[in-house]
Amino acid sequence: MAGIYIHIPFCKTKCNYCDFYRITDIARIPVYLKALEKEIEIRKEYLEGDEIESIYIGGGTPSLLGMDQINSLLYAVDKTHNIIRNCEITFEANPDDLSASFLGRLKYHTPINRLSIGIQSFFDADLTLLNRRHRALQSVECLEQAANAGFRNINMDLIYGIPGMTAERWEANLQQIPYDKISHLSAYHLTVEPDTPLHRMVETGHIRPVDEETSRVQYILLCRETGKQQFQHYEISNFCRDGFYSIHNSGYWKGRKYLGLGASAHSYDLNSRQWNVSDVKVYIKAVQDGGAAFKYERINDTMRFNEYVMVSLRTIWGVSLKKINSVFGSEIVAEFIKNASRFLDAGQMICIDGIYTIPEASWLISDYIVSSLMLMPKHNK
Amino acid sequence: MEHIRNFCIIAHIDHGKSTLADRLIQFTNTLSERDFHDQVLDNMDLERERGITIKSHAIQMEYQSGDTGYILNLIDTPGHVDFSYEVSRAIAACEGALLVIDATQGIQAQTISNLYQAVDHGLEIIPVLNKMDMPSSMPDEVKDQIVDLIGCSREEIIEASAKTGMGVELILERIIAKIPPPQGDPEAPLQALIFDSVFNSYRGIFAYFKIMNGRIKTGEHVKFVNLNNEYHADEIGVLKIKYEPRNMLEAGNVGYIISGIKSARDVKVGDTITHYDRPCDKAIEGFIEVKPMVFAGLYPVDADDYEELRASIEKLQLNDASLSFVPESSAALGFGFRCGFLGLLHMEIIQERLDREFDMDVVTTVPNVSYRIITNKDESIEVHNPSGLPDPSYVQTIEEPYIEAQIICQADYVGSIMKLCIDKRGVLKNQVYLTTNRIEIAFEMPLAEIVFDFYDKLKSISKGYASFDYHYTGYKPANLVRLDILLNGDMVDALSSLIHRDNAYTFGRRICEKLKELIPRQQFEIAIQAAIGSKIIARETVKALRKDVTAKCYGGDITRKRKLLEKQKKGKRRMRQIGNVEVPQSAFLAVLKLD
Repeated sequence: MAGIYIHIPFCKTKCNYCDFYRITDIARIPVYLKALEKEIEIRKEYLEGDEIESIYIGGGTPSLLGMDQINSLLYAVDKTHNIIRNCEITFEANPDDLSASFLGRLKYHTPINRLSIGIQSFFDADLTLLNRRHRALQSVECLEQAANAGFRNINMDLIYGIPGMTAERWEANLQQIPYDKISHLSAYHLTVEPDTPLHRMVETGHIRPVDEETSRVQYILLCRETGKQQFQHYEISNFCRDGFYSIHNSGYWKGRKYLGLGASAHSYDLNSRQWNVSDVKVYIKAVQDGGAAFKYERINDTMRFNEYVMVSLRTIWGVSLKKINSVFGSEIVAEFIKNASRFLDAGQMICIDGIYTIPEASWLISDYIVSSLMLMPKHNK
Repeated sequence: MEHIRNFCIIAHIDHGKSTLADRLIQFTNTLSERDFHDQVLDNMDLERERGITIKSHAIQMEYQSGDTGYILNLIDTPGHVDFSYEVSRAIAACEGALLVIDATQGIQAQTISNLYQAVDHGLEIIPVLNKMDMPSSMPDEVKDQIVDLIGCSREEIIEASAKTGMGVELILERIIAKIPPPQGDPEAPLQALIFDSVFNSYRGIFAYFKIMNGRIKTGEHVKFVNLNNEYHADEIGVLKIKYEPRNMLEAGNVGYIISGIKSARDVKVGDTITHYDRPCDKAIEGFIEVKPMVFAGLYPVDADDYEELRASIEKLQLNDASLSFVPESSAALGFGFRCGFLGLLHMEIIQERLDREFDMDVVTTVPNVSYRIITNKDESIEVHNPSGLPDPSYVQTIEEPYIEAQIICQADYVGSIMKLCIDKRGVLKNQVYLTTNRIEIAFEMPLAEIVFDFYDKLKSISKGYASFDYHYTGYKPANLVRLDILLNGDMVDALSSLIHRDNAYTFGRRICEKLKELIPRQQFEIAIQAAIGSKIIARETVKALRKDVTAKCYGGDITRKRKLLEKQKKGKRRMRQIGNVEVPQSAFLAVLKLD
């Protein structure tokens, strides 16, 4: 099984915290889509005929596309790949694009069966600071309308740890979530990425990042509130109801192959990872010339192990000693057990039947734990 | 012999010694332009980077002055108090010295003690004012200082710039005119002073010497007097940029000998080479067997690298005879070596060379001196490690080595320097005004206090102006206690130190504070305690890490995030796991970093 990611790097405006590759020149969309269809054709062998269990159209802002454009893209994928029945097809959208009619057309005129909506907050103060285009009211309405349109698999994104956000406001945010309308929640702690407007605001002292205690309190509120609503906390930032895991994203955490299409998209074929150039013009030119513009990294055993530990421990599925043994050998198993022992002793990891996981309460220090469990990368003598 | 000049360069770090040497080498066409890379003499990477000469070097140049050709032997000297004995032997091989002073900075500490050594050996001093091309040079002021210091006239001071080449020819002419040719009788029995040796992995040791009397020929049967070893002179020659073999060298000249010696331990700087059949009456004066004064544990960061560490130290010892080592073990650090060094800089250099030349990551423990313990049964034991101290009930007395420290400084700083020495348990022995503004003070002090952080403090309170030298005077009883450090309740033997009872409380408190700074936050709280016996005298706490997580990790994030965490992992490479606490290497030297 494999997944396909399609990147739509266009936004009407840029959010302050976002460091994804995206541009605001939406006039280029038609040419870009042509190039995407060509890339789909050029790279049809990449996944070596594996069945496709998930397709994810992300951005950027895919909700800038029309139904014909969406269908044309998906048709190109269908022509070149073996897509399973019930394939999860996710579409990322901004609340302000999601009118009732748009949602209706999306539901009945395209094969999209999962929505991922960038709600981020139910408070205008947060939305303004983040430079989001929608208002709090739209956050509430679009979820309602999406459900009314017939979508049964809806994810919403929320952000916490926003400068100026109190624990009370975060709690109020969590209580406003229409838990009966959504199947999935992605709640991210705000990361101030380098080279973003938010980063500059921090550097110049206009805003102050939240302190660790605040982050912790908000994280605990998040775990408690979602728990009350019977949502399963299955990855550091992801929660779902009734087994509605994100099949596509779970693929990343389970080491599945993926084909990434479009500018800046990453692909992985188990032996190497490659990422397309982060420049729409260069991307289009390269594809039109029948080639590609990407960078490439071979994955050696140390990298493979480090990635395995890194992504697996983010989830409830964890690291399996059996798998380490079969892929990396018994010496690595011994090393892992040795390195993990102090975390087991401290209750910061759990081992049941040879599966190591980080319990919810310790996920907040998971980078520390993971880097302690990684193998030392080969250094140059 | 008339046409030989042997000289060295005396200069403070960064005053341009190596650059000036390069210019001399260039000007005399000793090296073609094409082969030239800056700072020819500092040929260890570490030397070039730190801008200091660790090992001394020598080079022979040919120079035409008027109609006469001269041979100039430049003997480069190491520039640190740890190597003062090597400096004294290099100076003993010369008849003259260039005193190089940075015109932007003036006379500095280390220059003075080396200068005095040169004057004591009767060397002709040629003052050179370097960096005259710099806009910030202050020639008038610095000239006054030089005149004050050596009593020359202002006109004798050569204005130069090693960078632009200004004054280089004048310096060469002055060397010819003022430095006397070497003395010595070529017909007398051979007497050659070894002033340095270098190790070559193919040919063994190259010993550098200056012939005081007599002559030496290839193949001759020779003897190293003080070590009483015999060899055959497989090859002799002079030190150009490359080694140039000669059949014969005569009194006054400088050269090298290869005689199948495998290790630097078998060649001692200061020793005398003579003929086996026709030996000289006596060895050249001034030979000392240099003993390590400072000891520290070196442990591999990864316990599996123990054997590799041993092999690496053995290799370093081949070209650095002043390094000694014996295996030791520590409950906290596992198996390692107790190494003896000439001083603190020497210790740092060894640590860095292990890292660079052998890719060995080591943990260095707090350095200490060698203690002498008199037991109840009147036995005397030498202890090189605080954790090796016997149970107090067996100890009658502990003795520690003392030194006499000579400090030369400007009168302005004398008060604060005296306070520093007294704080370091020093007793004032003597003070002499050298000039109205320059004072020499002598203190008797425990060597242990010097080993800690004395030198850095002296430099900072005197703005780098004090010169410092010391010699060993003997053992004296001391009221010492062992101060232990505990991390989460477990004693870390590698952090124990022997300390004067009166200082123990202050010291314990400060070291806990310093460790708190150096130990990064971890997944749980860490208690740092200082104890004398079972009594806790100080405590600090490192709070637990509360948040260290990346919010998103999808397809496009994996490579970047893996690299980020791998970097975090590399940061931990230099950490040592003690009990459940990860301790960075720097923590083991925390006592040295106390303010």
